[in-house]
Amino acid sequence: MDDLIAARLQMGISLGFHIIFACIGMTMPVLMAFSEWRWLRTGKQAYLDNTKAWSKGVAIFFAVGAVSGTVLAFELGLLWPQFMRHAGPIIGMPFSWEGTAFFIEAIALGIFLYGWNRLNRWVHWAAGIVVGISGILSGIFVVAANAWMNSPSGFTWANGKAINIDPVKAMFNDAWLSQSIHMVLAAFVSTAFAVAGVHAFLIIKKGANKFHRHAVKTALIFGSVAAILQPLSGDFSAKDVAKRQPAKLAALEGLYKTSKPADLIIGGIPNDKEQKVNYAIRIPGGLSYLAKGDASAEVTGLDKFAKEDRPPVIITHIAFQLMVIIGFLLALAAVLYIIFSLKWRQVLLKKWWLCFIAFTTPLGFIGVEAGWTVTETGRQPWIIYGIMRTKDAVSTMPGLHYSFYAITTVYILLSFIIVWLMRRQISTIKKYYPSANNK
Amino acid sequence: MLSLIIIILGTTFLLYTLLGGADFGAGIVETFAGKKEEGTITTAMAPVWEANHVWLILAVVILFTGFPQVYALLSLVLHIPLMLVLLGIIFRGSAFIFRQYDVVQDNSHKYYTLLFRISSFITPVFLGMVLGAMVLGRITLDHSKSFLEVFIFPWFNIFCIAMGIFSASLFAYISGIFLVGEAENDVERKMYARFSKRAMLTTMLMGLLVFGAAYLNGHNLVKEFLQSVYSIVTVFLATLLCPAIWHFLNKEKNKTLYLRVGVGMQVTLILIGWFFIQFPVLIKIHDGENLTFFNTQAPDATLKQLLIALIAGLILIVPGFIYLFRIFKIRGS
Ligand code: HDD
Ligand code: HEM
Ligand code: HEM
Repeated sequence: MDDLIAARLQMGISLGFHIIFACIGMTMPVLMAFSEWRWLRTGKQAYLDNTKAWSKGVAIFFAVGAVSGTVLAFELGLLWPQFMRHAGPIIGMPFSWEGTAFFIEAIALGIFLYGWNRLNRWVHWAAGIVVGISGILSGIFVVAANAWMNSPSGFTWANGKAINIDPVKAMFNDAWLSQSIHMVLAAFVSTAFAVAGVHAFLIIKKGANKFHRHAVKTALIFGSVAAILQPLSGDFSAKDVAKRQPAKLAALEGLYKTSKPADLIIGGIPNDKEQKVNYAIRIPGGLSYLAKGDASAEVTGLDKFAKEDRPPVIITHIAFQLMVIIGFLLALAAVLYIIFSLKWRQVLLKKWWLCFIAFTTPLGFIGVEAGWTVTETGRQPWIIYGIMRTKDAVSTMPGLHYSFYAITTVYILLSFIIVWLMRRQISTIKKYYPSANNK
Repeated sequence: MLSLIIIILGTTFLLYTLLGGADFGAGIVETFAGKKEEGTITTAMAPVWEANHVWLILAVVILFTGFPQVYALLSLVLHIPLMLVLLGIIFRGSAFIFRQYDVVQDNSHKYYTLLFRISSFITPVFLGMVLGAMVLGRITLDHSKSFLEVFIFPWFNIFCIAMGIFSASLFAYISGIFLVGEAENDVERKMYARFSKRAMLTTMLMGLLVFGAAYLNGHNLVKEFLQSVYSIVTVFLATLLCPAIWHFLNKEKNKTLYLRVGVGMQVTLILIGWFFIQFPVLIKIHDGENLTFFNTQAPDATLKQLLIALIAGLILIVPGFIYLFRIFKIRGS
């Protein structure tokens, strides 16, 4: 295997693995704190049981999140030494703040997981809140670093070196806000629907009880709000991309030729040879409107870019379509949930509804992976957009594919073990949690 | 500004050695201490292990922000041992948590334990080898040389292996002393005390071996050591603490606090001694100018922001850390 391809795949797999735990790490503390708060206020056993049961799973996810994150901190250098050499001083600042956030998170997590009987209840609850806030902050910091790769700022590039570095400007680059908002929402959407889906599935299989019903409710409250906001924030992201990375926008929309007005191309399979997207639905002027806010505006296509500066279209376009379909599906689920819980509560325990929620279990995470594929593959061939090419940044050590095989094998193995462990946890719910035996 | 960052980097490294060391060491203790002692180790480590490891992440972040060339060169030429460290970190962290949180007690626990023990041992060995490679001076900048010369020999040699084993035994020693204070009964306490004594002797022996191996590899560590007065004093003091710690280990009621402070001081002294031999070199280069704190530092604007983040961070972290340890590590009255 080509070393560059191996390095890119290894980076993609490591990040794609880590992001799942990162999403859980941002969302679960909030769900647990919410549930514990409900318990403190209402005294209902189910809320306490939910919090405790979740915290067992979360301990495992946090540990794997921490080790896979440590791996990433090294991999940035192991795979892309030339990149880090220049980027380190520029984007080090968000990473150093991220380090602080991790510390606080790890400390508060230790207190939250192991302090049940040693602390005042409200102090314990506050520790959960701190875990959630610091998790979200660390997510925002690291996304800001990634946003800088899409929208480099805060330095001058001269003779292959960065001068006049301004780390504050680099962190608050043009992309950080849209990406951070979209990412934090995505974390909530993916984790909340996954949690709701698993508990809904258990209701279908084992019958309803207080434990699962409260779990689904807590998860869907957060999931619904985030899922409704997600398409709005996605629109904000797309407008942002149109401004800062027209080549990425063209690739994710499958817009080969610059057009005025430009159609919105939905679905379809891009064909690089013929330079067009087959089997797609087209909405005249749709893209002009979505990207520029004006249905007759011109949108730059890939033809405006030299061949060697174009991102791969097929992967980017398909990944984008996948994310958007999931986005609308989950937004629909959210709207239905809100309507049902306000008007027709009896629907919430109907089999078809539970099946639908169970079906959404993996969707959010698929959306996250697809979205990151859009962002990262859509940036190609650049590692720092417009400044440094990915192929110039890769490590010169021969045989990088061996690391790739090793890491991939380990992560696949870990994934299986984690799924298996979760099933074992679930199998003991009835034994440990009274509310699970309570209709 | 630079000197403050160097001090914080050094402290971070020291804390990782102590806290991360106690953590990795626990796996080694478990392997060699004889009886099955999972329970104590799990309860002692579970609430704090993740926080202990963040010190490593902080050190890496300071390195790539403040001294980017050092991070870039290390990741390039020491790719293989660093990758092995990473695999060790993955296995260790996951096996430890799986073992603790897998609610069903069956055969699988045997495998978690096996993985936990093996990775607790190999990770410090490769970490030590990486450090060894930084000081030995076989790293070359001429990458037209053969694969072996560029990517293998700088870290695969007697000196680095000796450094690796030294690190592992030092970690085991730190952990042994730490666990003496965590033991749940007398029998256990005696067992950890006995282990700590053996680990102390092994560590001293390995320390001598490192000097010997350096000599064999043509790196005159003894001479460099003797040239630095500070190093002589600190290493002398560290050695002087050994009989004192031995004495407390023999006591019926082991003095937890004295033991922990004692071993903490020893490690601090050894690292300070090493620092003075090395300073300001970070990576010794075979065929070019050494990389030092001074010739690799990031621009001032970056160092300033880094320092702000670190100081603000420490103001938040230190009380948090103390609180965490107070809740879980101060037993009884
Ligand atoms: C649950 C997951 C999820 C869902 C339902 C959506 N997204 Fe998304 N999207 C992400 C998860 C995600 C992500 C994984 O979080 C990304 C990758 C980088 C980022 O900042 O967010 C992303 C990136 C991303 C980008 C590229 C941003 C960039 O490169 O800076 C655009 C244009 C959109 N999204 C647009 C949308 C639209 C129009 C959606 C409509 C429904 C949508 N997303 C739903
Ligand atoms: C966790 C969410 C993320 C995922 C799933 C993700 C995914 C990917 C993928 C799939 C690639 C390979 C792209 C290709 O070669 O086509 C990649 C490359 C890369 N990503 Fe990300 N990414 C994420 C976040 C980040 C962040 C936060 C950073 C760092 C600051 C980052 C830094 C990089 C680097 C340095 C590369 C290699 C260079 C390149 O291919 O452009 N990524 N990522
Ligand atoms: C968009 C991408 C990313 C997001 C949103 C993200 C977010 C998070 C979150 C929320 C956590 C804590 C939760 C947990 O431990 O499970 C975490 C852990 C971690 N992440 Fe990431 N991360 C991303 C990419 C990266 C990258 C590129 C690096 C490498 C520098 C990294 C390094 C780490 C480390 C070292 C930890 C462990 C911290 C600890 O011990 O608590 N992450 N990440």
